[in-house]
Amino acid sequence: MNQLIQRILPTVQKPARYTGGEYNEIIKNKEDVRVRVAFCFPDTYEIGMSNVGMRILYGVMNEMDGVWCERVFAPWADMEEAMKTNALPLWALESQDPIKDFDMIAFTIGYEMCYTNILNMLKLAGVPLRSADRHDLKNIVYAGGVCAFNPEPLADYIDFFALGEGEEIAVQIVELYDRAKQGNWTKEEYLRQIAKVPGIYVPSMYEHVYHEDGTIREIVVAEGAPKKVTKRIIEDLDNAYYPTKMIVPSTEIVHDRANLEVFRGCIRGCRFCQAGFSCRPVRRKSADILYRQAVETLEDSGHNEITLSSLSTSDYRQLPTLTDALIPYCKDNRINLSVPSLRADNFSRELMQKLQTLRKSGLTFAAEAGTQRLRDVINKNLTEEEILTSCAIAFGGGWNNVKLYFMLGLPTETDEDVLGIAELVHKVILCWKEHASNKKRGLRVHVATAFFVPKPHTPFQWEQQITPEEYLRRCKLLKSHLYSKSVEYNYHEPYLSRLEAVMARGDRRVGAVIEAALERGARLDGWDEFFNYSAWLDAFDACGVDPEHYTVRGYGESEILPWDTIDVGVRKDFLLREKRRAYDEKVTPDCRSACSGCGADQLLREVKCDA
Amino acid sequence: MPRLLFEKVGRSVWISHLDLMRLFQRAFKRAGLKLKHTQGFNPRPSVSIALPLSVGVESECELLDFDLEGEYTIDTIADKLNAALVEGVRVKRVYDAGKKIGALSLLNCKLTLKYHSDMNERTAEMIDALFERETIILPKKTKSGVQELDIIPMIKRHSTCCIDQHTIVMDALICCQNPTLNPAQLVLAIETFLPEMKPDFSQCRRVEIYDINETVFR
Repeated sequence: MNQLIQRILPTVQKPARYTGGEYNEIIKNKEDVRVRVAFCFPDTYEIGMSNVGMRILYGVMNEMDGVWCERVFAPWADMEEAMKTNALPLWALESQDPIKDFDMIAFTIGYEMCYTNILNMLKLAGVPLRSADRHDLKNIVYAGGVCAFNPEPLADYIDFFALGEGEEIAVQIVELYDRAKQGNWTKEEYLRQIAKVPGIYVPSMYEHVYHEDGTIREIVVAEGAPKKVTKRIIEDLDNAYYPTKMIVPSTEIVHDRANLEVFRGCIRGCRFCQAGFSCRPVRRKSADILYRQAVETLEDSGHNEITLSSLSTSDYRQLPTLTDALIPYCKDNRINLSVPSLRADNFSRELMQKLQTLRKSGLTFAAEAGTQRLRDVINKNLTEEEILTSCAIAFGGGWNNVKLYFMLGLPTETDEDVLGIAELVHKVILCWKEHASNKKRGLRVHVATAFFVPKPHTPFQWEQQITPEEYLRRCKLLKSHLYSKSVEYNYHEPYLSRLEAVMARGDRRVGAVIEAALERGARLDGWDEFFNYSAWLDAFDACGVDPEHYTVRGYGESEILPWDTIDVGVRKDFLLREKRRAYDEKVTPDCRSACSGCGADQLLREVKCDA
Repeated sequence: MPRLLFEKVGRSVWISHLDLMRLFQRAFKRAGLKLKHTQGFNPRPSVSIALPLSVGVESECELLDFDLEGEYTIDTIADKLNAALVEGVRVKRVYDAGKKIGALSLLNCKLTLKYHSDMNERTAEMIDALFERETIILPKKTKSGVQELDIIPMIKRHSTCCIDQHTIVMDALICCQNPTLNPAQLVLAIETFLPEMKPDFSQCRRVEIYDINETVFR
């Protein structure tokens, strides 16, 4: 290992996150490697190593002959400081080589508030931030992940975006690069060719022209670039690449367990949820394949916990089959099986009781809104009765801890809806008094509210975000109506969510603000201890960009939206219809009960939507 | 209870004590060796490491006690584990039972001191002289605050030599249990009492452990 890194390590927190050397890390002989990819996750090691997508793509690219994909994470502030003091450029974990030595620099972006980290990592690597300042084929910078569904804020910094699921496109991108490198192509030639690959968006081929008022007048598409870029999906998950030999970190990470994705897409259609719409259509994975992958993953990694993940695991058709097979295996091998994001239905209640014999986990409800009216508006079909029935059973079974999550600032929300949260909490307390098997242990109800952020590709993509002041007023109103000592109420600070709203629906002009915020010391924005709101406000000022344009203004229904070039499968007129139904307080049934014709099934060629 | 002797060197020195316990628990599982679990509300696989090692310190002589379910042969455990461990952590020997950990008393450690600029040719000599003093009082952080501690009674032997113009190596036999002297305190003593000989970088390695009679401890 580099001597300098060795000397820095004793001076920083959690040094093991900078060293690599974990079980199943992939090391290749540089002489056999033609294309080197630095796969960057724009947050810390503990967050990034918990990301399943990154693990899949790391495996996919390293399966390729002549290609070596290595991991890079954002350094913590103490390490960043040491790197600057010692003029040590950002390095990749596997080879410890500097990033600027790599052919390709890839980012996976799952969260808007890591945009400064992306630019900071390029800066620490000594790579020019703007695409226009990187002239060579070497160090080409590309990105994927859910945030790529509105790529505009990063359009001037990232050479191209890969939209949707990456198992196949990741290979095509690197293969084409391999050809380009052998053939001494220019960067422009590579970009022209890669733009022809379905799912690739090359922002420099799209010019955004604005009206006086800051809205978009026109998007001018260069010759050779598609008018619309449609996201990629994997149709057959059973036969898709899935690595059962995964890196096992030697230091604790956020999700320190095996993780198995049981299906993709969501049948629910909660109107605020970006994943619920942008990850459609629903595609199944068979229980027998999942069981085999679970056992292989657990035996190879030595983990003592596995989690079945998806957007709504209760909606996985073969969940009974899968859990019936997995529960005995897990019991025999002392493995904790966790099934998050269960709905409050009967099967889930039974399953919860079965899982309880393994280990007791918490009871959490994301009710999102306090009244049935508002839950209908957002199409969150969870009823008060379902919540209270689940609570009654859980309290009777000895649980004494409930978490309830809500959002404030949802479209059409009134004070009555805010107070509805307090009423629901009160009913949960009464329910405990009636059903608790052991009252001596007391009850803890954790209530948390988040500030609603309108997201692209959802029925609420045109909505206004209320002001932080109004959000805080609603928080205080709620707080003054939560009397019980059993209740602990936490509300998210609104300023981060306000910025998140700007980034989520931002246009190309927001990019300069991100760069200016970085210059003013903003990075690691998602971490409370580093969030620097005043740096951001200064940056908006300096760039002459008004954050309210992207928040309280709201977007017009006939306005050209910055992400209009991106097609996630769900049609815009469907989103608009859903928006209207929201205002009419009409629920839309889940996709399994009745197809509402969102259009995402048109992405499928080989199979049908498995809603 | 069976015990194993392992080394922790290279990149793995940055793995913390708690992370290392978890790493071994997983390595046993990967190796197909079923650890017995502790009784109680939250059963945990039983592995215990004799002397927690500070992050950044190398060791050739770590001991780990473990217990397996069912029948097993001791001979194949080392190979199975080594195939399931990470770079730098290597099992050297596995045996049926060892001495009581309470009898572990002395540690032979090697301190490497690095200097950016050329150092005084008498540095090694002066460091040895420092540890010949009657007392060396250093602050020691405890749960109840900072206490003063004389480290001299815990240093049994020491010899320092100069390797090259930038490197000093100190070999010391010190108490490692009842009482415990952290080898880092030796560096702190140099920094405190010979400030002009403060190394720019230092590294520590545990070489061997002994009982009170200086018999190798296993």
